[in-house]
Amino acid sequence: MSRRLSDGGRLIDRNKPIRFTFDGKRLSGFQGDTLASALLANGETVVGRSFKFHRPRGIVASGPEEPNALVGLGQGPRREPNQVATMSELFDGLVAESQNRWPSLKFDAGALSDRFSRFLPAGFYYKTFISPRIAWRVLFEPAIRRMAGLGKPPELPDPDQYEHFHAHVDILVVGGGIAGLAAARLAAASGARVLVLEQKPVWGGRSAADGVTIGGAPATEWVRSTVNELEASGAALRLRTTALGAYSHGYVLACERLADHKPGESGARQRLWRIRASKVIVAAGAIERPLVCPGNDLPGVMLASAVRDYLSEFGVSAGDRIAIVANNDDAYRTGLALADSGVDVPAILDTRPSAAGELQALAREKGIRVLESSGVAEILGARRVRGIAVCPIDGRGAKSERISCDAVALSGGWSPAVHLWSHAGGKLLWDERSVLFRPDTNRPPPGDDGKAMAYSAGAANGVLLCRDIASDAEKAATAALQDLGIEPARMECPRVESGVGGEAATESAWLVPGSMTRADRSRAWLDFQNDVKVSDIDLAALEGYESVEHAKRYTTLGMATDQGKLSNVNGLAVLAADLGAEIPEVGTTTFRPPYVPVAMGAIAGEAAGELFKPVRKTPMHDWHERNGANWEPVGDWRRPYCYLRAGEGVKDAVNREVLRTRRGAGLLDASTLGKLLVAGPDAGRFMDMLYTSVMSSLPVGRCKYGLMCNENGFLMDDGVVARIDDTTFLCHTTTGGADRIHAWMEEWLQTEWWDWRAHVYNLTEQYAQIGVAGPSARSLLEKLGGMDLSAESFPFMHWRDGNIGKFKVRAYRISFSGELSFELAVRAGDGLELWTALIEAGEEFGAVAYGTECLHVMRAEKGFIMIGDETDGTVTPRDLGLNWAISKTKGDFIGKRALERPYLTRSDRWRLVGLELPRFKSKDALEDGIYLFEKGAVNAHGHTKMIGRVTSTYYSPTLERPIALALVESGPERLGEIVCVNSKDRGKDIAAKIVKPVFLDEEGRRQNA
Amino acid sequence: MLKLRCPNCGFVSDETELVNGGEAHLKRFGPGSADEDFEAYLFMRKNPMGVHFERWLHSYGCGKWFHAARCTITQEVFGTYSAQVSRPPSELIAEISEKRPGWSYRDWSGED
Repeated sequence: MSRRLSDGGRLIDRNKPIRFTFDGKRLSGFQGDTLASALLANGETVVGRSFKFHRPRGIVASGPEEPNALVGLGQGPRREPNQVATMSELFDGLVAESQNRWPSLKFDAGALSDRFSRFLPAGFYYKTFISPRIAWRVLFEPAIRRMAGLGKPPELPDPDQYEHFHAHVDILVVGGGIAGLAAARLAAASGARVLVLEQKPVWGGRSAADGVTIGGAPATEWVRSTVNELEASGAALRLRTTALGAYSHGYVLACERLADHKPGESGARQRLWRIRASKVIVAAGAIERPLVCPGNDLPGVMLASAVRDYLSEFGVSAGDRIAIVANNDDAYRTGLALADSGVDVPAILDTRPSAAGELQALAREKGIRVLESSGVAEILGARRVRGIAVCPIDGRGAKSERISCDAVALSGGWSPAVHLWSHAGGKLLWDERSVLFRPDTNRPPPGDDGKAMAYSAGAANGVLLCRDIASDAEKAATAALQDLGIEPARMECPRVESGVGGEAATESAWLVPGSMTRADRSRAWLDFQNDVKVSDIDLAALEGYESVEHAKRYTTLGMATDQGKLSNVNGLAVLAADLGAEIPEVGTTTFRPPYVPVAMGAIAGEAAGELFKPVRKTPMHDWHERNGANWEPVGDWRRPYCYLRAGEGVKDAVNREVLRTRRGAGLLDASTLGKLLVAGPDAGRFMDMLYTSVMSSLPVGRCKYGLMCNENGFLMDDGVVARIDDTTFLCHTTTGGADRIHAWMEEWLQTEWWDWRAHVYNLTEQYAQIGVAGPSARSLLEKLGGMDLSAESFPFMHWRDGNIGKFKVRAYRISFSGELSFELAVRAGDGLELWTALIEAGEEFGAVAYGTECLHVMRAEKGFIMIGDETDGTVTPRDLGLNWAISKTKGDFIGKRALERPYLTRSDRWRLVGLELPRFKSKDALEDGIYLFEKGAVNAHGHTKMIGRVTSTYYSPTLERPIALALVESGPERLGEIVCVNSKDRGKDIAAKIVKPVFLDEEGRRQNA
Repeated sequence: MLKLRCPNCGFVSDETELVNGGEAHLKRFGPGSADEDFEAYLFMRKNPMGVHFERWLHSYGCGKWFHAARCTITQEVFGTYSAQVSRPPSELIAEISEKRPGWSYRDWSGED
């Protein structure tokens, strides 16, 4: 059983015990432990269940490549699923729960699926789609959804803070091992701005666990002094910071875990680094590969390097008797370290024919049996390792001997961590000698200048022997510096030694035993997390999924958090063998960011809660808030939908606002409407291109309603234009359209008619604007005194500058309600004061403040269109009966050519009409967007033929019945016809009469008063 | 994430500060134009593997449009230049020809 040894453990402090729980069990570890090392120290060998077959799984690795030990960490709002135990630092009170098991980790009902695994081959769920169709919906989908998936997402809002940090550096070094530090040291000494990231809480990478010396002293001493040197030189160094992805032009995202190991501390929990580096040096190390042999997923089977890490860094032995199976020399170091710590190593099985190097001799000296040309026929055990059956590496796995052990260390060679290199577009090269894919330095990720953006160093570059690592790193740094135009400093290269003179080459052993039987192929795992076995890749190849990308998706190999860390190379070696192809021919799947999972909170950063999308507020916002505003989001603004009075419902409030405005007066905060000033000698010419009607001839002092189309001929915005002077127009836009239309105008001026002398200002927030509407509107304003508002001197569709009371205003006689109406624009700073003055003056006229819904009801009663209701990007002005606003004389305007297209001039297009509806019992409207049809009429498919849709529908308190606007096929030619509306709310078809889209005061007597 | 130098204000900006405006140097066809020309103007866009000319708006910056020439495969940026031209500067075309021998995009000869 795995346990804590009585001494050893470089990173732990045995004087500082730490208590934590795993599945409710109280356990303890030490300061410096990871959750994984502490679990192993407590003999917790089963830490999770696999994704598909729910097989018991133990810890395999010691880094972010860990596939099995994903746990739910924390409680309540801080509970987070799928946290990797090997990267989670232990802290007092840590609460961890295993995942993907029910009812318990020891007994998991889902494990039944393991018994039926032969019915769940690769791609089985795709096959369940095929037939019968009903089976997927009622049988497979619910079952699969219940069985699959890892942790449960948290349900409560995240209480922690996250932050983003932007950094600009000359050279970013990813990885704080010997290679990274050596490269950073040279870069910093040469005067470059350097940032170094290390994912673990300590510097030095694998050097301590591997027993490396530098300049004759333990590597840790060099690491310490180099880090000090770097800090003194002004380089930025960050521990616990994982580079997640590398993108175009030197953009790198990294996540720093600031307080994951001390939850609840003030400050941000995680910091997302958004780095723009001129050059990136990838010194991210390498990841060991497991060997593929029958039973290799049993708890107790680990990577040889991980076994060594737990021993060296945490004083934890993976077992009492640990057998080693390897195809390379490095794994012998694990055997030697175990033997030195007094752990029994019954044998090292070497798949290579000859094992007669220095490390082998050292192992034999310590009394470890070394078996050449050997593999495992099977790793024995049910819920954990009990032993191994030895077999010759060649052949089908004839068992020659049984060795009892309680843990197995596997090493199938190393894979450079090429992820970042590949994310940014760097290519890979298959290195047959070292049996690995390494960066092709002739095809690096390109930067914006077409030159290399990234350089690869050390183990990440496929340089696995420590004596070559520092020089390789300095080579990378030198190249980066030279490409930056920085003269590299002259420095002595650190002398890195491993204690042995040489190592024999790794030899590939993709399957152990070499000619694996069919039965064994379905017990030999390639991807532990996604439960992909050799037989699954075989099936994918057999069924024609020959592309590595297809095979990956069909089998799920390397998906989820793995992303090609552990499973990739073994999987594609099997695929290559199945296809009779070479490994480089098959290639790798695309490496995609993020390298490790990242919390949504970190991605959001500060942009959460109130800062997610800041709200725009008019000068009268607080008044609305105090007076019962029921808010509605409109663009980035909040506008009152209506103002609720005590005991009043929303519908009652809207009806009251409509009736009081129609009978007395109403006040509307119209400040959010877009106000764009178009000015310059060519402003008129430009306006004539923007609007469908002629604007250049509009006299000064007058207003005109105008429409804007896009080049497709579809209506995109509308509003009233005021001619301010000869060369100046003020364009009102919709609230949501202000910024869009401003950008639209700029685009045409800058990119098409750049020689026209006109410019645009967005004045939207410079003015507060108040609509005063209703039969008493004039009397209300006259009470405050000031400018002449009489119909004779200030007729409809005019504007005047003047005073209302003490306020300097620009008044527009325009109306969106059909009532006598003035809109008053004042400096934004005067908005609230004018508003309150008007509210007070309005009391004697029974005036009310009204919201957007009242505005909508009143405009619909008048048949005025609303952008976004009557339009949806496929509606032309003609469809809405607005032909009168399209100039017949202008040679050109935006959208004119498109409106000539035959499809847009057809008379059977859906066009605007009104609907006369029966009175419903409650004061209700129809549902928005519902379809209209003729009773009994069917289309070519035999379905009910839709002839139109409802675009706006309201209860009209003025008319005391529901009204609706609709787009209907040939609508204006069908006045008086009865059509059907299918109302789900009422559960029946309703007869509606097609009428003109004006329900009130068609002659406009009220607004012209 | 791309970074581009805005030729109007001189700042190097992240892609998130910019808005891509699609293919550059389209010729507008208005009233009276042939159906084919108008269709091409509205809908037909190049999507090349290699050298591409695009419009960009320095939206979270100076608010000005500009043009950029880049390689859609390697993201190499050959240059950025004024929005107020109807064809790329000839120096830029020469530079691209040097870096990407045999490249082609469009016949600029008919345009001013």
